[in-house]
Amino acid sequence: MSIIQRGPDEQVQVLTDEGELRPDADAPELSDERLVEMYRTMKLARHFDERAVSLQRQGRMGTYPPMSGQEGAQVASAFALAEQDWIFPSYREHAAIYTRGWSLDQTLLYWMGHEGGNSPPPDTNVFTVTVPIATQIPHATGAAWAAKLRDTSEVMLCYFGDGATSEGDFHEGLNFAGVFDVPAVFFCNNNQWAISVPRERQTAASTLAQKATAYGFDGVQVDGMDPLAVYRVTKAAIEKARDPEEGETRPTMIEAVQYRFGAHTTADDPSVYRDEDEVQRWKEKDPIPRLETYLRGEGVVDDDAVEAIEADVREEVADAIETAEGVQRPAPEELFAHVYAEMPQRLEQQLAYLQRLRDRHGDDALLES
Amino acid sequence: MSTDTASQRLTLVQAVRDGLYGELERDDDVLVMGEDVAENGGVFRATQGLHEAFGDDRVIDTPLSESGIVGSAIGMAAYGLRPVPEIQFMGFIPPAFDQLTSHAARLRNRSRGRYTCPMVVRAPYGGGIRAPELHSESKEMWFVHEPGLKVVVPSTPHDAKGLLASAIRDPDPVVFLEPKLIYRAFRESVPDERYTVPLGEAAVRREGADVTLITWGAMTRPAIEAAEAVADEVDVEVLDLRTLSPLDFETVRTSFEKTGRALVVQEAPRTGGLGSEIVATLQEESLLYQEAPIEQVAGFDTPFPLYALEDYYLPESDRIEDGIRAVATYEI
Ligand SMILES: Cc1ncc(C[n+]2csc(CCOP(=O)(O)OP(=O)(O)O)c2C)c(N)n1
Repeated sequence: MSIIQRGPDEQVQVLTDEGELRPDADAPELSDERLVEMYRTMKLARHFDERAVSLQRQGRMGTYPPMSGQEGAQVASAFALAEQDWIFPSYREHAAIYTRGWSLDQTLLYWMGHEGGNSPPPDTNVFTVTVPIATQIPHATGAAWAAKLRDTSEVMLCYFGDGATSEGDFHEGLNFAGVFDVPAVFFCNNNQWAISVPRERQTAASTLAQKATAYGFDGVQVDGMDPLAVYRVTKAAIEKARDPEEGETRPTMIEAVQYRFGAHTTADDPSVYRDEDEVQRWKEKDPIPRLETYLRGEGVVDDDAVEAIEADVREEVADAIETAEGVQRPAPEELFAHVYAEMPQRLEQQLAYLQRLRDRHGDDALLES
Repeated sequence: MSTDTASQRLTLVQAVRDGLYGELERDDDVLVMGEDVAENGGVFRATQGLHEAFGDDRVIDTPLSESGIVGSAIGMAAYGLRPVPEIQFMGFIPPAFDQLTSHAARLRNRSRGRYTCPMVVRAPYGGGIRAPELHSESKEMWFVHEPGLKVVVPSTPHDAKGLLASAIRDPDPVVFLEPKLIYRAFRESVPDERYTVPLGEAAVRREGADVTLITWGAMTRPAIEAAEAVADEVDVEVLDLRTLSPLDFETVRTSFEKTGRALVVQEAPRTGGLGSEIVATLQEESLLYQEAPIEQVAGFDTPFPLYALEDYYLPESDRIEDGIRAVATYEI
């Protein structure tokens, strides 16, 4: 019996809250090297997040959605993918898309308002960052369906939040996935809050995972702040999607139970709707010290290794910030680029008009408004 | 200052809140619903304090579902309540599009007047606040194009409160679009007491004899600025439409027949915009008064860009001044 075939409320855990291997659990088969890489990526994500929030505060970047607390779910799930698999992110999966090949400076550029920041780097299997909630879910279903029709071995992993499960697109996307039995994994980052609305007010159902049952496939809850559990569950779901056993369905919904430590975005003030006590309680499950404790216990990292990693991620993030801030404001012609494969005449005329305006008034005057 | 009634200097978003407060107080059937509108007071604080004042049954946080919000508001409205759903940003109205256009707009017509849909869908709209993707659109024409819906866009705090009250009391569904660029841009004296500003009436913001400038929403301010900037050369009359549907064409025509010259300033993409409808109607009905081609200063026919380029997208005073001069100096 696979780890995902269980009741939707039987949450999978591999590590205790303190970071010890649970007596009833198996650690995933991951080399020490991969484990350290996973840990490093999570540390990097945390540091990136702190710096990004402070850039916004200093007016060096626009609104930014922080991910602290969610690094374990993002990184470990992305680690479970094979080279050919794809992810469909929302707007908060900075660490997941990094794991799949996006550079940090590109993510920064996106939140600095540059179109180029949302252009997937070549050879990365990442769909675009999606802002309208839940709309990426049917896309993942469709891409998985196409992969099945073309008989490839690709699996599509789609991320979304707890709030997204209330949108019609969530239901339509999962229903199609069930009906056409497509190789997709629906990964719900249940961070307890959709801005100010708590998970209990999003649905009267006791779990989100159980929603999969209604679409005829497996739904499983995992401790989303336990990276080893997330890895195991996602890996099992991906393998089932790729190569189902007799009687198994391809799609799976994973509900990764976790917590957003910070604000919804830098424009949000969580003190209006939630208690600091609650935040502190969840911080005890922080995925980073938890994985670190495990790795130290296994003798995989020690003080020196942790310190080296910390220095290393600080440098990588600082470099990314420098690179992003060194990029000039995009040329105004970029407004007109990539609207269509071929620019219609009317757009050409409007572009020429913009050029005349710039010649006549200068950029400073146009940017003043 | 000697006034009979007390007033406060409010921003536009505070005036919206004040308007909602007044209507919730006036009529038990009125209720506010949407994402993050209760305890959080809305992401722009347009509903701040309302939950505290009116409680769980009148100010309601819903699940994250625009179709659910608008669809259930339609059922409530048909039943006899006066729901005022908020959609967090105009860019997130699309999941509710079917409900708005296939049902809210048509319920009266379909049921031959037996069922009606008196509700107000509020949404912040427009660009200029350095927001992420899909938080800056001006898609008013989606709804202007839909018979059965009214579309209202305030441009001042005083109007925001009065127009919102009218919209809530209106027997038909209203899409109430709040230009968030000017949510907090300036304050204006707003009476504490309830009042209404009628729907379907444009306002003359500046009287002038030479050119008629037609605009609405956040563009009203740069339009007035531009009119002042060229005041030595051209005397511009600035009209703020306030209600986009049904349009107060009478005020537009009267002004145009006086000046013979006009331009439309809109933030929305030019093609298929309200400006085009205004130009077409003026040519049909007032051709013989026309002394120059009617100009349009509009958003480009491109997606609204991420914020690094948004200032190039939005019409601003220089562009508007150019437009005024082109219209004013044209000679046949
Ligand atoms: C269709 C749509 N409606 C509303 C919004 C505004 N909005 C942005 S994030 C958010 C809450 C999302 O909550 P959840 O799905 O739980 O994801 P989280 O942000 O917690 O990661 C809302 C309402 C949006 N982006 N898209």
